[in-house]
Amino acid sequence: MATDTQTGASAPVSHEPIDASVAARAQTIKVSRDGIALTALSAVMRLIEVPFLALQRMLGINKLAWVFLLPNLLLFGLFAFLPIILNGFYAMTGGDNVLLQDRPYIGAQNFDLLSSCDNFLDPNSCLQDKFWRAVWNTTWFVTLQVGIMVGFSLLTALILNREIRARGFFRSVFFFPVLLSPVVVALIWKWILQREGVLNAFLDWTGIGGYNWLIDADWAFAWTVFLSVWAHMGFYTLILLAGLQAIPRDVYEAATMDRASAWRTFTKITLPLLSPTMLVVLVLALIKGVQTFDEVYAFTGGGPGTATTFIIQYIYEEGFAGAPRLFGLAAAASLMVAGVLVLLTLVQLWINRRNVDG
Amino acid sequence: MKKILSSTTALVALGVAGVAMAPASASAAELRFMCYSDGNECEVYDDVIDRFEEANPGVTVVVDTVPYQAILENLPVQLAAGEGPDIAKVTDLGGLNEYYLDLEPYVDAGYWQESFGGTLDWYRGGADRQGIYGMHSQLTVTGAFVNATLFEQAGVDLPGAGATWEDWAAASRAVSEATGAPFPMAIDRSGHRVAGPAISYGAALFNDDGEAILVDDGFQAFVQQFVDWHEDGTIARDVWAGQGGATYQDAAQEFINGDLVFYYSGSWQVSRMNDQVGDFFDWQVIGSPCGPAGACSGMPGGAGIVAFAETEYPEEAAALIDFLAQEDVYAEVAARTRNLPAHLGVAGAGVSFEDVSPAAQAALNGFAGSLPDIAPAAFAYQGYAGNRAMYGITVERVSQAIVGELTVEEAMERARADLEAAMSN
Repeated sequence: MATDTQTGASAPVSHEPIDASVAARAQTIKVSRDGIALTALSAVMRLIEVPFLALQRMLGINKLAWVFLLPNLLLFGLFAFLPIILNGFYAMTGGDNVLLQDRPYIGAQNFDLLSSCDNFLDPNSCLQDKFWRAVWNTTWFVTLQVGIMVGFSLLTALILNREIRARGFFRSVFFFPVLLSPVVVALIWKWILQREGVLNAFLDWTGIGGYNWLIDADWAFAWTVFLSVWAHMGFYTLILLAGLQAIPRDVYEAATMDRASAWRTFTKITLPLLSPTMLVVLVLALIKGVQTFDEVYAFTGGGPGTATTFIIQYIYEEGFAGAPRLFGLAAAASLMVAGVLVLLTLVQLWINRRNVDG
Repeated sequence: MKKILSSTTALVALGVAGVAMAPASASAAELRFMCYSDGNECEVYDDVIDRFEEANPGVTVVVDTVPYQAILENLPVQLAAGEGPDIAKVTDLGGLNEYYLDLEPYVDAGYWQESFGGTLDWYRGGADRQGIYGMHSQLTVTGAFVNATLFEQAGVDLPGAGATWEDWAAASRAVSEATGAPFPMAIDRSGHRVAGPAISYGAALFNDDGEAILVDDGFQAFVQQFVDWHEDGTIARDVWAGQGGATYQDAAQEFINGDLVFYYSGSWQVSRMNDQVGDFFDWQVIGSPCGPAGACSGMPGGAGIVAFAETEYPEEAAALIDFLAQEDVYAEVAARTRNLPAHLGVAGAGVSFEDVSPAAQAALNGFAGSLPDIAPAAFAYQGYAGNRAMYGITVERVSQAIVGELTVEEAMERARADLEAAMSN
């Protein structure tokens, strides 16, 4: 006979299955354990709450946000903002001393030197011809690389978004180069393209005959664009694929019911709805394109001549690899690149805002 | 309470012991030696330095072997920041002079002067500076290697002593055509390497006041010839046109593969040829061909060991370099590393290089024999503190002329302007 502990009244013998009874008891224990955990947590939270309440009283609720931001601010300040500020100071100094205090102040001379040109379209007319060659190389490279890469990424994403066989496998295949180190990518393609490389061996075998790709300025540039597209396409394909999958299916069903052609569906539905993702891809690819250095440096070393020397390599060579080390000139050039990158970001923000505002 | 007291007593005792031991540990000097190898130099130094450590209890030397690029790019920044090693093996001999420790107060200056003679100037960074700043550990001389087997197969005689660059170019082309070897000639992509031939074409490199000018009629004449040889296929384009900036590129692998008839490089390649060519083909060193100006000059060079003024242990650092400069130690290192000695005593006595083939022994003798042909301008260039800037300018501008970005005249005009800008910094 079971007894109700609260009322003392007898209760009928339970005919519930034994498993249900154990489960109920386990539930009770779990609830009580959860209760203990919650109590402990709230005790800890109260401990933390005390100093923060005191801080809040001292600073006010608005200023308290700065306390939470402080660790990140310190890290960013030390490793991002401080170097940018120092870079600004270096850009206004001359000589080849490393320490700022040993460097003479020369004002805007480095900027003047970089921008001294009779005709900006002709590097030979500029005092710093190597800088302007690098600028134009970078401009061409970014235009071609971004254009081709975004086009191919979109095409690949569209194909991978369809119900095709081994879709998962192909998605991995296109993403795989992104996982490789840029130097590895460069070395792989160098082995393929060098005089006695894999491609020439194949061309010789077919009877077409090989070609020394990397000492021809135009071919070296073209292969540099190709290599960069090959290495980074997977990343942007993935972003665009995510964008495509976020487009509601019912819009396409409505288009099908209206008998819209595939092209019309693509231009009137897919592209407009994909445009926010496309914008992100474009801006990221542009910024990454301007920053291109490691893979091309390992691939061609910037040659032949200056055919594949881009702006970051110019900065590296002026500031670190050459003699004398022109830290000031390199800093000024890097500030000019930063200006371009900021400009690109502002354009992105402007277009974004325009889209949001309709 | 007792526990707390005994723990406190133990801590205090430990602290006292630590303080008491501090002077003993402070007397131990640890020297850091930043070293790079062309072959096995750092390994041999590490071995030899063990004897120095045995003879100098309390001094330990850590040999940090680094890539050559670290010596060129990282070491100057470390030194400027006051974070450099105590000792290093360097190639920018005069360019880093401001950081060097003057060894003169710590060593027998007479012995050093007698043993190292003119190479001491290379470390002084200017005619106005005196003192002993570094030990030239490996003397190098630029010169040409030729594939004698290809000449034999082609039935072309090797041009004799006094042959000019044009003679060698014609002979190498003939051998290449007869044997199918892809490249008749190659010169390392280096401003240092083309300086010797340029001097043989009449380049003075400095004006009468001793100021660097780099480009003159002689220099331009060689550059024009060099570019022409690239255009007509005499010189392998891959070496100079296959790179950008001032990046160094050699053609040793092409020579080792038997693809190259005539390879202009330097004595530091002998060890590599000895190890990698083996009996694949016969090769020999022919020194530096002559130019229209009558000179047959190569370039001297090499590396040296220096101590830095910021070291905590100047006496110990100087003692270590002095130990390495002693004739017996220097001779042993030269023999084991198969480098030409800059030590006049060692050079005079001759070096029996270890583990070298007869071809390598003959090559090293050939390089040593070409030393008297080196023009004074070449020695001056090697000792000039701004030579790295001049080498870099040469490589960048000549490469642009080779690939057709600039004409030779434009490239030389740019080189003049670059030098002027570099000297003003």
